[in-house]
Amino acid sequence: MDFTVFMQQMVNGFSLGSMYALIAIGYTMVYGVLRLINFAHGDIMMVGAFLGYFGVSILGLPFPAAVLLAVVGSAALGMLTDKIAYRPLRSAPKISLLITAIGISFFLENAFNVFFGGTPRAFPVPEYMEIILSLGGLTFSVASLMVPIVTLILLAIILWILFKTKYGMAIRALAFDVNTVNLMGIDANRIIMIVFGIGSALAAVGGIFWAVNYPSVEPMMGVLIGLKAFAAAVVGGIGSVAGAVIGGFIIGFTEVVVVAFLPEYGGYKDAFAFVLLILVLLFKPTGILGLNFDKSRF
Amino acid sequence: MNLIIKKEQWINLAIVASTLWFMWFAQTHFDEYTVRILNNIAIFTILAVSYNLINGVTGQFSLEPNGFVAIGAYVAALLLLDGDAKEYQYDIEDPYPWVLLLHANFVWALFFAGTFSAILALILSFPVFRVRGDYLAIVTLGFGFIIRIIAINNPEVTNGSLGLNDIPEYSNLYWTGGIATLAVIGILNIIYSKYGRAMKAIRDDEDAAIAMGVNTFKVKTLAFCTSAFLEGVGGGLLAALLTSISPDLFTFFFTFQLLIIIVLGGLGSTTGAIIGTILVIGGSEWMRFLDEPMNFGFMETPAMPGMRMVVFSVILIFVMLFAREGIMGKRELKDLFKKRGES
Repeated sequence: MDFTVFMQQMVNGFSLGSMYALIAIGYTMVYGVLRLINFAHGDIMMVGAFLGYFGVSILGLPFPAAVLLAVVGSAALGMLTDKIAYRPLRSAPKISLLITAIGISFFLENAFNVFFGGTPRAFPVPEYMEIILSLGGLTFSVASLMVPIVTLILLAIILWILFKTKYGMAIRALAFDVNTVNLMGIDANRIIMIVFGIGSALAAVGGIFWAVNYPSVEPMMGVLIGLKAFAAAVVGGIGSVAGAVIGGFIIGFTEVVVVAFLPEYGGYKDAFAFVLLILVLLFKPTGILGLNFDKSRF
Repeated sequence: MNLIIKKEQWINLAIVASTLWFMWFAQTHFDEYTVRILNNIAIFTILAVSYNLINGVTGQFSLEPNGFVAIGAYVAALLLLDGDAKEYQYDIEDPYPWVLLLHANFVWALFFAGTFSAILALILSFPVFRVRGDYLAIVTLGFGFIIRIIAINNPEVTNGSLGLNDIPEYSNLYWTGGIATLAVIGILNIIYSKYGRAMKAIRDDEDAAIAMGVNTFKVKTLAFCTSAFLEGVGGGLLAALLTSISPDLFTFFFTFQLLIIIVLGGLGSTTGAIIGTILVIGGSEWMRFLDEPMNFGFMETPAMPGMRMVVFSVILIFVMLFAREGIMGKRELKDLFKKRGES
């Protein structure tokens, strides 16, 4: 294996990992405040990708405006699912919440399948994102370069919100104890809704990046990507935003490296994240960042 | 006190006897279509009561049925097909020699189908039950996908995406109904044993259960492996009923159907799981009209394949939000005849 091939795969892994990271942040933040695996998160990502597709190809919007539409639309959808489906079940047994989440997930997949068809649609990628750059033997498209950069910027913004703003403080407090947060005069439901909004907005960005890099959208795309992103969140340490990003990169790199260097196992590409999830649960259930489940969060 | 127990036993015996009589009557008198639906109901009863054991009784949210049913179906199909029948249908790759040698009669095929599922469940138990949290759900959801990927990528064993065909049609109402009856009796016996009480304790308050000395890992694993065993057997029965299986048969929709069944019937109630099976499996035959074109008089809608699934998911969400107890709550049939206050 020569160095250029290796570096090329690193670039690809970085790009893929960023997309998993963007989606994993939503899982980890919702888990942090509600202890809920939000099964619908992957499908909200799918809705985001579809909104971007509709924005460009039907409404004829320029790409950045379509992204904005997708982000706003997904955030609204995320907050809506919280309000109508999760909020009434706050005091119900945990299993009710999980069943509702899987119901929402199945509903979104099948509603999109029925109304927009199950065949993948080609995503209209803007031309400037398809330009191929070459640098010392490495080639990559503008899109695959943009993904990690945008991810890091968004990560910085999220960390700033979490640690430097009052809302962030409320979110972190919520991860400790909902009742106390309510006693302090903070509307916990509003903060939870904000968390859903942030997570869904990031998922929409991840979904659009996915649609640009593998230029198609389809109703079932959220299932597998969502599953892998959740694995990423657990690998990194569920509840931790930085951990979600690290986990996303690990899953992305593993996939790219195994497919590139062990092509005979390429058919099992989608299984690696799962194997990694099992290994982490067996040997270090708190994930790489090793957050104590009952103490610190984020 | 003694009298009441005796009366209960008589009622139970009467229920079992009339169920078996109905199986015989249906198999000999009803038309093929009805028998097929009844077969489906019997198989789904096995799956629903066992799925209810882990989800409803033990309270551990799991999404495993499609994976274990697929395993059971494949194991049973490989054992039921003889060497010649296999040899000519493997089109993608030549089968491994040991695959051709596998052969067993129906009873052993079902037994191995269940055992193989249970062993895999035991292996999965170690990562998921040693930690608290809802990892079981996500791991079993992933497991269903992995089983499909493995089935597609190993054409030497499973014939890949083409699946296995011409499986001898052994399943009839005697088998499916008989095993369903045994499964219900077995599950009820577990629920009323000390293990069953430990399972309910874990569901209601895991901390308290640990404090009372319940070995939560052991009890959860027992519930999970029992479910997996019966789901494997159900998969074997399904393979011998459908006569052909392929990876696409065991998608997540399979699990979702079972989830609706146990939620509608009442999580934690075996009686509810049976009622839910009859409603959902019977109802989904009836609901086929949803997928077809509709004429409302003033407008016509085009055929919408998949509409049933949208309706199913809406039903699930509504039941969860507005009628969380389902039809039976946590009660069983015999609880309905008790006076208030008695327990």
